Amino acid sequence: MAVETRGGHTFGDRMPRKEDARFIRGRGHYVDDIQLPGMLHSAILRSPFAHARINSIDVSAALEHPKVRAVITGKDLEEQGLAWMPTIAGDTQAVLATDKVRFQGQEVAFVVADDRYSAQDALELIEVDYEPLPVIVETPRALDDDAPVIRDDKAEQTNNVIFEWEHGDREATERAFREADVTVKQEMIYPRVHPAPMETCGAVADYDVGTGKMTIWMTSQAPHAHRTLAAIVTGLPEQQIRIISPDIGGGFGNKVPIYPGYVCVAVASLVLGRPVKWMESRAENLMSTSFARDYHMVGEIAANKDGDILGVRVDVLSDHGAFNAHAQPGDIWPMGFFAIFPSCYDVPAAYAAATGVYTNKAPGGIAYRCSFRVTEAIYLMERTMDVLADELGMDPVELRRKNLIPAEKQPYESVMGWTYDGGDYHAALDEALRIAGYEELLEEQREAREQGRIMGIGVSTFTEIVGAGPKKKCHIAGIEMFDSAELRFHPTGKAVLKIGVQSQGQGHETTFAQIVAGELGIPAEDVEVHHGDTDNTPYGLGTYGSRSTPVGGAATAVVSRRVREKAKKIAAHLLEAAEGDLEWVDGGFQVKGSPGQRKEMGEIAFAAYTNTPPDLEAGLEDVAYYDPPEMTYPFGAYICVVEIDKGTGQVEVKRFIAVDDCGVRINPMIVEGQIHGGLAQGVGTALMEVIEFDEEGNHLNSNFMDYLIPTSMEVPKVWETGETVTPSTHHPLGARGVAESPTVGSPAAVVNAVVDALSPYGVRHVDMPLKPARIWGILRENGVEPF
Amino acid sequence: MRIQVNVNGEVREADVEPRLLLVHFIRDTLGLTGTHWGCDTSNCGACTVHLDGEPVKSCTVLAVRANGHEVTTIEGVTPGGADLSLLQQGFREEHGLQCGFCTPGMIMTATALLERTPRPTEDEIREAISGNLCRCTGYQYIIKSIEWAAKHGAPTRVEVMP
Repeated sequence: MAVETRGGHTFGDRMPRKEDARFIRGRGHYVDDIQLPGMLHSAILRSPFAHARINSIDVSAALEHPKVRAVITGKDLEEQGLAWMPTIAGDTQAVLATDKVRFQGQEVAFVVADDRYSAQDALELIEVDYEPLPVIVETPRALDDDAPVIRDDKAEQTNNVIFEWEHGDREATERAFREADVTVKQEMIYPRVHPAPMETCGAVADYDVGTGKMTIWMTSQAPHAHRTLAAIVTGLPEQQIRIISPDIGGGFGNKVPIYPGYVCVAVASLVLGRPVKWMESRAENLMSTSFARDYHMVGEIAANKDGDILGVRVDVLSDHGAFNAHAQPGDIWPMGFFAIFPSCYDVPAAYAAATGVYTNKAPGGIAYRCSFRVTEAIYLMERTMDVLADELGMDPVELRRKNLIPAEKQPYESVMGWTYDGGDYHAALDEALRIAGYEELLEEQREAREQGRIMGIGVSTFTEIVGAGPKKKCHIAGIEMFDSAELRFHPTGKAVLKIGVQSQGQGHETTFAQIVAGELGIPAEDVEVHHGDTDNTPYGLGTYGSRSTPVGGAATAVVSRRVREKAKKIAAHLLEAAEGDLEWVDGGFQVKGSPGQRKEMGEIAFAAYTNTPPDLEAGLEDVAYYDPPEMTYPFGAYICVVEIDKGTGQVEVKRFIAVDDCGVRINPMIVEGQIHGGLAQGVGTALMEVIEFDEEGNHLNSNFMDYLIPTSMEVPKVWETGETVTPSTHHPLGARGVAESPTVGSPAAVVNAVVDALSPYGVRHVDMPLKPARIWGILRENGVEPF
Repeated sequence: MRIQVNVNGEVREADVEPRLLLVHFIRDTLGLTGTHWGCDTSNCGACTVHLDGEPVKSCTVLAVRANGHEVTTIEGVTPGGADLSLLQQGFREEHGLQCGFCTPGMIMTATALLERTPRPTEDEIREAISGNLCRCTGYQYIIKSIEWAAKHGAPTRVEVMP
C-alpha cells in the first residue's frame, strides 16, 4: 500500500494556518453560535451601586412574565451552598450577591427566559432594595484606618488588606542605596485596563437528565482546570462534566477565571433540565469580568556615577477590586512573577514589598497578555531606568548596554532566584538599534527640535518569564502546572494530536502539527490537532502566561519522540535489522550506511496495525505529561519613535521597532502576527486604555465608545520586527513563549518616547494612558505655543 | 411583524418583533452565525453585513428595516462556483486573522471597499476598516490581506465606471 509521507509543511515553515479555512468562511464555531433544541436564554441583573447592603429582592413580577422560566437569586444558591465560589487566587467571590454588593455591575439575580430579549425585559421587573454604603474607589483609601471594610463576609477580615508580600534581600538592597553615588525614585501608576477580546464571555450549559451528564460550552482558556473546579464547586461527579471550549474569539487572560455567569447557567440547566445560554454584552464584559493591572508603584534604583546598577527597590500597592480574583500560579505567588523586575540587567541587590487591597471595583486582576504581573514589573523597571539615565545625563541606550547581563553569564542566576534559559541581550539591543538607525534618529530628533517639533525616542529592553510550571513551584487550585499531549497514528500514516492547552486564536492547530511534522517526518497537513474538549483530550492546565509552546509544545515534542522510539522497533522488524543498527535520517529510519534500506513513518504506521512484531503491542500512540524544569525567558529590545501634535497633544507612534528572541520559531509567520497584535495592545495601554470610576464607583467607560482600543488609524503603518535566535537551554525544541513579550515590552517604550519628547520641558514621567488631554495639559503648563 | 428579506440571494421570511436587531435576525432566526456580535454600540464592526450592497453594522439596524431589501453576509460573499472570494484568499495568504472573530466583518467591509475602489491606497484601506476593531493582529497583515486581494482582483466591473 502506497502511503504518501513526504512534502507539505514542517517545523519552522511559514505555513498558512489550518484554522483559517473555517474562519474566513464565517464557519468558526464560537460559544454564541451554539443553538440547541429547546435552548433557553438568560440575563444577569447587576448592581447599580458600587457598595450597598441588599435589604430585599422581589422577583415575583419577573416570574409572572410569560416567557420567563426561572429567576435565581443568591438566596436560592445559598440553599445549595453555591452562593459563593472560590477564585483562582484562593479567595471567595459571590456568585449572586446575598448580603451586599461590592462593585458596580456585581451579579445579583439570574433570569432564564425563552429568548434573550425577554430575559432582558424581565430584569426590569426585579425589585431590589439597596442601602448604599461608603465606597472605596481610590486605591490608597483602602488602607485608611476609617475605611469601610469591604469584605465583612469574611470573619477574619478586619481591614481591606489581602496580603503583604516581600521578596529579595532587604538589607543588601538598603546597603546598596546607602553606598550609591546616585539614587532615583519614581512613583507611577499602571492603570486598570481590560483585555477586551472581541468575543465576550459566555457559556451554554446542557444538563442531560437521562444520563446525568453536564456539558458546558464555555469561553475558557483552561477547560480541564475549569472542569475540576466545576466538580468541586457544584459537587457533580467530574466524569459527568464535559467542558468544551469551541473556537474562542480572543482571550488575553480574560477567559481564565470562573465567572458567576458560568455557574448560574449550569445551575439553571440543572434545575430546568434544558440547555441554557448565557452571553454577556460588551458593557458587562468591561464592567464585571476581570480587569488587569491597577498597580500603584514606586521604583528606585541605586547606581554608581558611571551608571552601574547597585540595587533596585520596589514598593507596590496592588488593587484587586472587591474579590481577589487575581491570576496567580499558586498561593506562594500573590504578586505572580512580579519578582522578575530586575529583568535583563545584572542587578546585585533587589528588594520588593507589596500590599494587596480590596476596593469597590470589579474583581481581578488577571494576567492580561502577560505571565502573571510581568508587564507591571517590566514597565516599572524600564521607566525607572530612564529616570536614572536622566539623572546621570546618560543616553538610555548606553545605560542599558552597560547593565545588560553579559551572554557569557547565561544561564544566569538572578538575585531574585530565577535561572534564565540563555540570552544575548546585547545582540538583541544592537539589532534593534541597527533596524532603527539609532544615530540617524538622534540626528533627526535634533533637527526636529530645531524646527519646533516635539519628537521622542523611547527604548525598552526586557526579559519575560513564561511557561509555568515547573510543577513543584506552580499550581492552579492545587493542580500542578504540567501540560500534556497525546499522539496517535492511524494506519494510513495520518496522525491525531490531542493537547491540553487551548487556543484562543494563537494557531495551535497549525503550530502543534508542525512540531509533530518536524519530529516525525510527516507533513503538518497530515496531523489533526484537537483541543478544548475535556472528554477527548488529555488533562492540561490551558493557555495563558505564554505556556502553550513552553509546556504544551514541549509535551508534543516529547510524545512525538516516544512514538518515534516505538516506530524504531517496528522499522527494525520490517527491515529485519537490529534496532541498534538503525538511524533516524530525514524523517525515516534506515539501516546505518545503507540508505536504500529505509522505512518512512507512513509504512511504519501501517505496520503498527497490520504487521506488528510478535513481542510488541499493536498501535502507534503515546501520551506525555511534561513538567518543565524551569520557565522560559523570552527577551527583546524595543524602540519607539513618537511625535506629539503641539495643538492637540495627540501622540503619534511614527515607528516601532521590536526585536524579539523567543528562541527557535515554530512558524515565523504566526510569531510575527502574535508580536504585531501584542504591540498594538501595548500601544493601546500606553496611549488610550483605562477603566475609570467616579467617586461613587460608577464605571465610566463600559463600551467601545469610551473604552478605546486601537483601530487601524492609531497603530504605526509598519511594525518593524526583527529577531535574534538564542535557543532555550532546556526546552526540547529550543523554543520559548512569545505572544506576551510585545505587551510586556512595548508600553514602556512608548511612554519612554513620550517622556523623551517632553524632556526639554523638564518632564521625567507621565502616567499612562497618554491621552491627548493629559499631554495637552503638560504642553500648556510649559507654555508651548499650540501652532 | 412579517418581513421578507433577500439574504445571500435567497428570499427569507419570518415573523419578528419590531425591535429585533438585524444581527439577531441573521444569527438566531436564520442561523447564519458567520456574522458576529462584539459590542452594543456599532464600534467593533464584527457584525458588518451588506444592506443593498452597502456595509452596515447589523447590531444597530432593525431587522424590519431590511424588509424588502437585500442582505449579504460572509456566507454569501463567495462568487458563484468559486470556493473563496479573493478577499477570503487574501486573508489566508497574508495571515490577516488570528482568533477569527472580527474576520467576517473585516471581509465584508473590505469587500465593499474594493467594489468602490478596486486599487485602494494603504491610507484608504486603513480608513475603510477603521470602524472594524481587531484585538489580535495589530492590523498590518489585515492591510496586506486586502492589498493582496486588490492586486489579484479582476477589477473590470468597477474600473470601467468613472
